[in-house]
Amino acid sequence: MEIPVLAWQGLVILAVFGITLLIATYSTYAERVVAAFLQDRVGPDRAGPYGLLQPLADAVKLFTKEEFFPSGANRWLFVFGPCLAMTTALMASAVIPFGNTLIFGNGTEIRLQAIEVNIGMLYVFGVVSLGVYGIMIGGWASNNKFSLLGAVRAAAQAVSYELAMGMALVALLMVTGTLSLREIALQQYNGLWNIVYQPLGFIIFIVCAFAETNRTPFDLPECETELVGGYHTEYSSMKMGLYLFAEYINVFVASAVMSTLYFGGFSFPGEHLLYDVLLKSQGELFAHNTVTILGTITLFAKIFFFIFFFMWVRWTLPRFRYDQLMRLGWTMLFPIAIVNILLTGAFILFFGK
Amino acid sequence: MGTSLFYFLTFVALLSALGVVFAKNPIHSVLFLILTFFAISGHYLLLNAQFLAAVNIIVYAGAIMVLFLFVVMFLNLNAETEPNKPALAKITAAIAGGLLLFVLIAALRNVNPAGADLATFDSQIGMVNRLGLVLYQQYLLPFELASVLFLVAMVGSVMLGKRETGERNF
Amino acid sequence: MQLTNRRKHIEKKPMTLMERAYLPAVTKGMLITLKHFFSKKATIRYPEEQRPFSPTFRGLHVLKRDEQGRERCTACGLCAVACPAEAITMVAGERKKGEENLYREEKYAVSYEINMLRCIFCGLCEEACPKAAVYLQADKMAPPRFERDEFIYGKDRLVEPVDPNARSKRGIQLTPEQAEALARRMAGIEA
Repeated sequence: MEIPVLAWQGLVILAVFGITLLIATYSTYAERVVAAFLQDRVGPDRAGPYGLLQPLADAVKLFTKEEFFPSGANRWLFVFGPCLAMTTALMASAVIPFGNTLIFGNGTEIRLQAIEVNIGMLYVFGVVSLGVYGIMIGGWASNNKFSLLGAVRAAAQAVSYELAMGMALVALLMVTGTLSLREIALQQYNGLWNIVYQPLGFIIFIVCAFAETNRTPFDLPECETELVGGYHTEYSSMKMGLYLFAEYINVFVASAVMSTLYFGGFSFPGEHLLYDVLLKSQGELFAHNTVTILGTITLFAKIFFFIFFFMWVRWTLPRFRYDQLMRLGWTMLFPIAIVNILLTGAFILFFGK
Repeated sequence: MGTSLFYFLTFVALLSALGVVFAKNPIHSVLFLILTFFAISGHYLLLNAQFLAAVNIIVYAGAIMVLFLFVVMFLNLNAETEPNKPALAKITAAIAGGLLLFVLIAALRNVNPAGADLATFDSQIGMVNRLGLVLYQQYLLPFELASVLFLVAMVGSVMLGKRETGERNF
Repeated sequence: MQLTNRRKHIEKKPMTLMERAYLPAVTKGMLITLKHFFSKKATIRYPEEQRPFSPTFRGLHVLKRDEQGRERCTACGLCAVACPAEAITMVAGERKKGEENLYREEKYAVSYEINMLRCIFCGLCEEACPKAAVYLQADKMAPPRFERDEFIYGKDRLVEPVDPNARSKRGIQLTPEQAEALARRMAGIEA
């Protein structure tokens, strides 16, 4: 039976969806283990071997908790908030190229990417900018002053840091000349990684990524020392779980985007050499597929490194004060991002790319 | 499928636009407005204008509406604190709105939308690179002027945020 | 006026450019935490691993039996007198005929109760006992319980089992070196 390309692509979409959820699930476990290791502890190790079933235990706990609605809360929006947070978080992973193409014997070629759009970068940017609605709606609908403060902080922070993030991306765009994430990855596959051209842009981008995902040191919307729990103060049960889960999905997506944009995506050193060697010994099909699979593995290695980096930073740095946060965003990152654009423009003008 | 999608999006856009006007709660109004923007972005996508759709989402739904919501959340809008509007204000508002509707209808009454000719229609016209070429060749001056305006606004916001000398440094 | 020389004068200066860039300090902090990532973990996985008791640890009391399995306690009350927390109460009784294999002395404790909520585990009862009957075990603690009256330990829980194999080995278990050191210390105190 001939399986059409579209069905294969559907399979890839499902796989991407599943992998995103799986990685987010195990991020909760990894977060606790990394936190423990950085603090000279061992972390959860009771549920299953090395505590590997811990996410399952957490899920069971969250599902069986009492579903609580605060008095005076807007019920519809109260439920809608976490759903929206989860949806927007999941949407972003759709355009990330997880690998090059796989070619089957009959010539069928499938891309290891859920959907390819030629404005992939804008798509990610747009979806990420919508992520803040889940937090805002949830925080407002809770009818709680702490939650509202968390929501308001999230909004101000997201808008401020989106600006610097967009500016960093503009500089990257000038180098790559395309908005498609796949083409950006392929360019790096054939040339140098973008981090070589855009070191400053990468630093700006990673700082903004921390702010956009509401991770320490920018987790002011949920800082428990000032706002109890921020926007999820009133949430319990799986609605709370969805918020926590959405954060980890966002971390995963941010890591994937950073690896793709700046660290070569699915390319790894020595791939052309390997391709040539395999081409001579095994034929084109095998060479292409092997390099693709190795590339996917490399991409995941990069993503895992960045996820670890997110956690590493979280358990190292203290939280910014609110005025410090705004000052960093507006008076440091933003001007630096503009200077970065100018520098990039000058380089392209005088040296070519 | 394209036609039914068009009708669905139009239905959502109109319904949520009406929701913006008729919703009692301003937060709901803002959320309906966001939904309207999404429906309009969907229309852009149907017209193969991906860039416009994405930018509409990023700028309007992602940034401006966040600020709208931000401000509305700060207002303590309850039924009790709602000021009693005088009848004169209501009448004025009705007349102003009616006039706007009148003008719109008058303007659009005689418009004959030029249907796309399938033979010469360029499906790539809404793509990013086409748009970029048009903006940077045909409309270079207005585009650059607008960008300078934005840059001035951004620099101004940064200047407002700068610490003045002698200000308390926590 | 300066009372000590440990006072530090702290001045709040505006941050330099390097400090305002945050990144050098951030890198420094990250390296410190990374070092801890690979360092030895302090965790003791409790049920499998247990923290060793201190050689002088004083835990749950035990009323000892002698070599023939008779209770040593003669209910003299010295332990109750010595107890600073007044945790020990007892009722003395006279040994009947035929009970010689149960109690070593003619007078014995009909009931002997220690309130573990009052006890401060100072070990003075152990020192006061002329019959070497009460000991604080080195390897057992009074376990947590839900009810207050469960903390009042009667003879049923204090007296060690008749079967010598089931007994705790001794009140305090010392290695030969520790025993020697203890003996030397005691000799020093007495001298």
